[in-house]
Amino acid sequence: MIELEGLTKRYGEKMAVNNLTFTVHPGIVTGFLGPNGAGKSTTMRMMLGLDNPTAGAARIDGKRYAQLKDPLKYIGALLDAKAMHGGRSAFNHLLCLAQSNGIPRARVHEVLDTVGLTQVAGKKAKGFSLGMGQRLGIAGALLGDPEILMFDEPVNGLDPEGIHWIRNLMKSLASQGRTVFVSSHLMSEMALTADHLVVIGQGRLLADTSMADFIRQNSRSYVRLRTPQRERLLDVLHQEGVTVVEAGNGTFEVDGTPSEDLGELAARHQLVLHELSPQQASLEEAFMRLTAESVEYHAHADHAGSGAAPPPPGQGGDWGAGWQQQRKRS
Amino acid sequence: MAATQVLKSEWTKIRSVSSTVWTLGLALVVTVGLGLLISILAKNDYDSLNAQDRRVFDPTFTSFAGTSLGQLAMIVFGVLVVSNEYSTGMIRTSLSAVPQRATFMASKVAVATLLALVVGLVTSFISFFLGQAMLGEHKALISDPGVLRAVIGGGLYMTLIAMFSMGVAMMLRSPMLSLGILMPFFFLISSILGNVSATKKIGRFLPDQAGSKIMQVKTPLDDDSPYGPWGGLAIMVLWVVVALIGGYALLKKRDA
Ligand SMILES: Nc1ncnc2c1ncn2[C@@H]1O[C@H](COP(=O)(O)OP(=O)(O)O)[C@@H](O)[C@H]1O
Ligand SMILES: [Mg+2]
Repeated sequence: MIELEGLTKRYGEKMAVNNLTFTVHPGIVTGFLGPNGAGKSTTMRMMLGLDNPTAGAARIDGKRYAQLKDPLKYIGALLDAKAMHGGRSAFNHLLCLAQSNGIPRARVHEVLDTVGLTQVAGKKAKGFSLGMGQRLGIAGALLGDPEILMFDEPVNGLDPEGIHWIRNLMKSLASQGRTVFVSSHLMSEMALTADHLVVIGQGRLLADTSMADFIRQNSRSYVRLRTPQRERLLDVLHQEGVTVVEAGNGTFEVDGTPSEDLGELAARHQLVLHELSPQQASLEEAFMRLTAESVEYHAHADHAGSGAAPPPPGQGGDWGAGWQQQRKRS
Repeated sequence: MAATQVLKSEWTKIRSVSSTVWTLGLALVVTVGLGLLISILAKNDYDSLNAQDRRVFDPTFTSFAGTSLGQLAMIVFGVLVVSNEYSTGMIRTSLSAVPQRATFMASKVAVATLLALVVGLVTSFISFFLGQAMLGEHKALISDPGVLRAVIGGGLYMTLIAMFSMGVAMMLRSPMLSLGILMPFFFLISSILGNVSATKKIGRFLPDQAGSKIMQVKTPLDDDSPYGPWGGLAIMVLWVVVALIGGYALLKKRDA
C-alpha cells in the first residue's frame, strides 16, 4: 500500500505537485493519469525518496522510503528505462542492484528469464533497443519480488508487442495480490489496464475513483444533427428550449434530448435532416474535459506529438468550446 | 541496509565498466613511462650539474616525475566513478536501491579509494625501481633514509588526488564540468601559481603542491615551505576532507 498525504512539490514559483492525498491499494492496477507536465513523474520520484517534498509525505507500508530496509524487497519501480550505465552488461546492472539489497545472485537469472533477456544478459545495455531497455528496467523492478510495483509511462515508445507484454504483466502482478501503480497521459491506455483511476492536472487531484465509476460518470451521450436548413433548425430548437452546439462541418450536437424526440420535432416542423445519430463521447474526451481547465500548455512540449494532448486553456470561450474544437480537429 | 551489501554492490559497479580499467591503466603506464624517460635524461644530464645541484639531486623524486601527468588519469578515474551515475541517470536507480545517501556515498568512495590505493602503490613502486635502475650510480636505495616513506607517499598522493576528484564530482555532478575545472587546476594553475614568486606562498598550500612534498627525499634549493612531508600530506588530506564533505552535503540536500 502506498499512502500520500498532502504531498507537495514546488519548483521556484511553479507548483509541480499540489497537496496530493490518496491511497494506492493492493490487488488492483491503479492508473495514475494526467496530461504531460501534470506532475506524475515528480510524484513518483518523491514516493521513492529521490526528490524531497516541499510539504506532505509519501509512505510505503506506513514507512517513509528511506526507512525501508532493503527497499527493493518492498517496492520495485521503473521510472526511466535509460536510468542505467550503458557500458555495464544487463547481468551486472542487475547484480549490483541485487547485491545492494541482499538479494541472491540466482534471482538475477530468474528475472532476466522473466523479461526474456537471458540471451543478451552479457551484452552492454547501450546496445539495447528501447523495448529491451524497458524490459531490463522492469527486471530491476521485479528483482526483490516486491509487493508494490510502480511504472512511469511504461508503454511510451514501445512497439505493439511490447505494449501488449507490459499490459499483461501489470495485470498478472495485480492478480497475484500486489499493488500496481502505473502512470500514463493516455486515457485509452488506462481504460485497458487500470481498475482504479487517480487523475491529476497541474499537480492537483482531479479524480480518485474506480474505473467503472469513472466510465459511468463521464460517458456523455449526445445526438448529432446535420441539416441544410441551419437557421430553421436553430429557431426550432430555440423555441423548444433545447440547447444546441455547432460542431462545424454543418453538424450540430444536442445534449440531454433523446434522438427520438429530436426526430419527431424535426418532422413536425418539416425540417430536412441529413443526419440524426446518437453519439457516445469517448473516455478520452471525458478525460480531456476533466483536465481541460488544468492543462498546462507547452508550446515546445518535450513530450510533444502525443496527439492526445488536450487543448490549451483559455482558448475560446468556456471549456466546452475548448474541447469541442479539439474533438473537431481529431 | 548492511554496509557490506552496498560495498559489494559498488565493487560490482566499478569492476563492470571499462572506464575503470583504462583510467587506472593509463595512470600506471603514464606515470611509470614518463618517470622512466626522465630518469634516463637526468642520468645523462648529471655530469653537467654544478656541485650545489648535485648535492640536492633527488633520485627518488626524479623517478616520480611522471606523476604530474599520470595524476590526470587519476583525476579522470575519480570524476568518472562519481559522475557516471549522474550522466547516465543511474543515480536514480542507485538511490532507489540505497536510499541512505551517507551509506551510498561512503561505500562508493571507499571502494574507489581502495582500488586507487592499490594501483597507486603498485605504480609508485614500479616507478621507483625502474627509475633507479636507469639512474645507475646516482640511484637511491629503498633502505636509504626517507626513501620508503617517499615511495609509499607516491601511492598515497595518487589516491588522494582520486578522492579529491570524487568530492568535486559529487558537488558538480557533470563529468565535463568537473574535468574542465580539475584538469586545468592541477595541470596549469597550480604550477603557474607555484612558479610566480608573488603567488608562490599561496600556491604551496594547494593540494598537489603540498601533497607532492611526501615524494621528496631531498629539499630543493629554493624551497622554504613551512611544512615537512607529512605536514604537506596533511594539508592535502584537509583539501580532500573538505571536498568530500561538500559533496556529501549537496548529495544529502539535493533532489536526485
Ligand atoms: N527538476 C525540475 N525543475 C523544475 N521544474 C520541474 C522539474 N521537474 C519537473 N518540473 C516541472 O514540474 C511539472 C511536472 O512535471 P512532471 O512531474 O515531469 O510531469 P508529468 O510526469 O506528469 O509529465 C512540469 O511543469 C515540469 O516542467
Ligand atoms: Mg512524466
